[in-house]
Amino acid sequence: MNQPKTTTKDAIKVANPPANSEFNSEFNTDYKYGFVTDVETEEVAKGLNEDVIRFISKKKNEPEWMLEHRLKAFRHWLTMEEPAWAHVRYPKIDFQAIRYYSAPKKGGEKKGETQGPQRLEDLDPELVKTFQRLGIPLMEQKRISGIAVDLVFDSVSVGQTQTETLEKVGVIFCSITEALQKHGDLIRRYFGSVVPFSDNYYACLNAAVFTDGSFCYIPRGVRCPIDLSTYFRINASETGQFERTLIIAEPGSYVNYLEGCTAPQRDENQLHAAVVELVALEDAQIKYSTVQNWYTGDKQGRGGIYNFVTKRGKCAGRNAKISWTQIESGSAITWKYPSVILQGDSSEGAFYSVALTHDYMQADTGTKMIHLGKNTKSTIISKGISADRSSNTYRGLVKILPSAEGARNYSQCDSMLVGPSCQANTFPYLEVKNKTATVEHEATTSRISADQIFYLQSRGLDMEATVSVLVNGFCQEVFKELPLEFSVEAVKLIEMKLENSVG
Amino acid sequence: MLEIKNLKVQVEDKEVLHGIDLRVNAGEVHAIMGPNGSGKSSLSKVIAGHPSYRVTEGEVLYQINFQPRNLLELAADERAREGVFLAFQYPVEVPGLSNFIFLRSAFNAAMKHHGAPEMSEDDFRQFVLTKMKLVNMKEDFLDRPVNVGFSGGEKKRNEILQMAVLSPRISFLDETDSGLDIDSLRIVSDGINRLRSKKNAMVLITHYQRLLDYVKPDFVHVLAGGRIVETGDASLALELERKGYDWLLE
Repeated sequence: MNQPKTTTKDAIKVANPPANSEFNSEFNTDYKYGFVTDVETEEVAKGLNEDVIRFISKKKNEPEWMLEHRLKAFRHWLTMEEPAWAHVRYPKIDFQAIRYYSAPKKGGEKKGETQGPQRLEDLDPELVKTFQRLGIPLMEQKRISGIAVDLVFDSVSVGQTQTETLEKVGVIFCSITEALQKHGDLIRRYFGSVVPFSDNYYACLNAAVFTDGSFCYIPRGVRCPIDLSTYFRINASETGQFERTLIIAEPGSYVNYLEGCTAPQRDENQLHAAVVELVALEDAQIKYSTVQNWYTGDKQGRGGIYNFVTKRGKCAGRNAKISWTQIESGSAITWKYPSVILQGDSSEGAFYSVALTHDYMQADTGTKMIHLGKNTKSTIISKGISADRSSNTYRGLVKILPSAEGARNYSQCDSMLVGPSCQANTFPYLEVKNKTATVEHEATTSRISADQIFYLQSRGLDMEATVSVLVNGFCQEVFKELPLEFSVEAVKLIEMKLENSVG
Repeated sequence: MLEIKNLKVQVEDKEVLHGIDLRVNAGEVHAIMGPNGSGKSSLSKVIAGHPSYRVTEGEVLYQINFQPRNLLELAADERAREGVFLAFQYPVEVPGLSNFIFLRSAFNAAMKHHGAPEMSEDDFRQFVLTKMKLVNMKEDFLDRPVNVGFSGGEKKRNEILQMAVLSPRISFLDETDSGLDIDSLRIVSDGINRLRSKKNAMVLITHYQRLLDYVKPDFVHVLAGGRIVETGDASLALELERKGYDWLLE
């Protein structure tokens, strides 16, 4: 049964700041990650056809079945229509104007293996500098940091750290290209098992042209000793990034996975259409956290990343747990619904999200919780902050199928508005087909007003602290789900961006 | 401690204060009375640094580190950290921010400013509980969002609690008595009296004599039409209660 959808639209006004206060924020509004790295790249000509797909597949020395899979996806994609139901607006994408493969050139090219650098030491120094500017621990820092990092630069994965620590316990963490060579059977078994190529327009495109991404395998009963992390960066212009991530958690295993994204400042829009698949077997747990900070476009809404991503996890076994935690603070347009299929009995899914939109950003994000198993449980906590002229939409589906005896869902969707011209929408869809299910939904809309800011400042809090207490108060339930080393940065990121909009 | 000199203030290009002179010394309690729209609230908001008010002339001298400084040159939050406090006529609701975090952030902001160590969460809780007794507030107030769902009386008590926690040197209390029933008025007045000391000063802005029955002022000023038209001692308030304001406005 379809619940009536509820819409909240609101706008508020913040008075003009006085010259003598810190309203005129001291923070630099420039996008911190807006630099371009000067590396020689190897690129394919713009445009998309079967030859380009064959080129990518050959570059990656892929098995025949993968090329077949790509071509099948491509042919299917040609029959599909670009979806128009999301609450976002953008000019039609010319898929022939995008470059589908770009890789840093320099680096060790070894015996017919995958192209691109193989060891961290082989990396182009410019690239290493880029990662340092991004604050990614590499080289000497790799052990201290306690995080294993996979870096995806434009289309290829350029290096992992902490490999030895992981090998000891049998955890596989490598690029998907490498995994196709070394662990082809695992990939073949699970690839597309959660997000089939026919799933949606962008997932289908991704299946045809995906270039790299991370693969992660946690063996039975292993608690991954360190957090795994991937950083994605789009560097080349007019290039799309189509990464593919696959995480498999065998029975009784546990992994904490972090993902970060940045892109340089460019005038044209760039497409990022990733697919992430998670498989958690019996008693396994996957925690997946994202801090998405793709370039948002400038103050006039020019440029920025189109972030059209399909993320889905399957709790395939009993008591499996998957949680998505996302801090969405970048991209011109975000279209993303990290979801969980709760197949195993008593399995649990969670979605914790903070989505910040400012200037002309548009976000349509949320989740789907599909309850199949008995006594399955899902939790949705969504916090949307919209500022300036942006539009921020929560779209969620809780689907409880007839088999999901005793299923439970709790959803909470809160919106916070900053400024007179922003928009917040909430579309919570519910489909409940089992009478024993319990579904709860709460929603609020609040606002940051000039009065609140003055009130807090009149108690001695400066602009930074004022925004910080307001944001932390609002987003607390989500921030506390982030791994510690990630949360400090993420919280700061949101605060800084919001400070610009409040000021 | 505070000296207001020829203060002229505009709101949306309309002058609301036409040259205010007022001197407040440590240990004193002043009452500013006057009819609606006379500029009483404007005065307190200007002192606190509200962004909607524009000063066109005059200065407000305030002792900082034993030196007179023009308060108007400081941002609202700096003024607060230097010991200037405004108890709001309409305290603002802040959903999502707990009273405890709010109070602690404000307290520690001032501590940090003065180079003192910040107080730990546990110590601060003990500290704030003793202050809450002053205004008869229960502990569960700490974990509620700031002013959200508070009754009128609770909001005003929360203002006095903030004052007690921050121990400002000069406080402007803007109609803290309005909307209070007799019991709440007594609780709030008791709190104010206990916070009075030789080191700090208070300016009470009020319509009515009522509050002054509980909190005895040293001086009473009448503000009308954006000017101070009369100054006297506590007996002036009683006279106003009998005669109204009209005799002063000719």
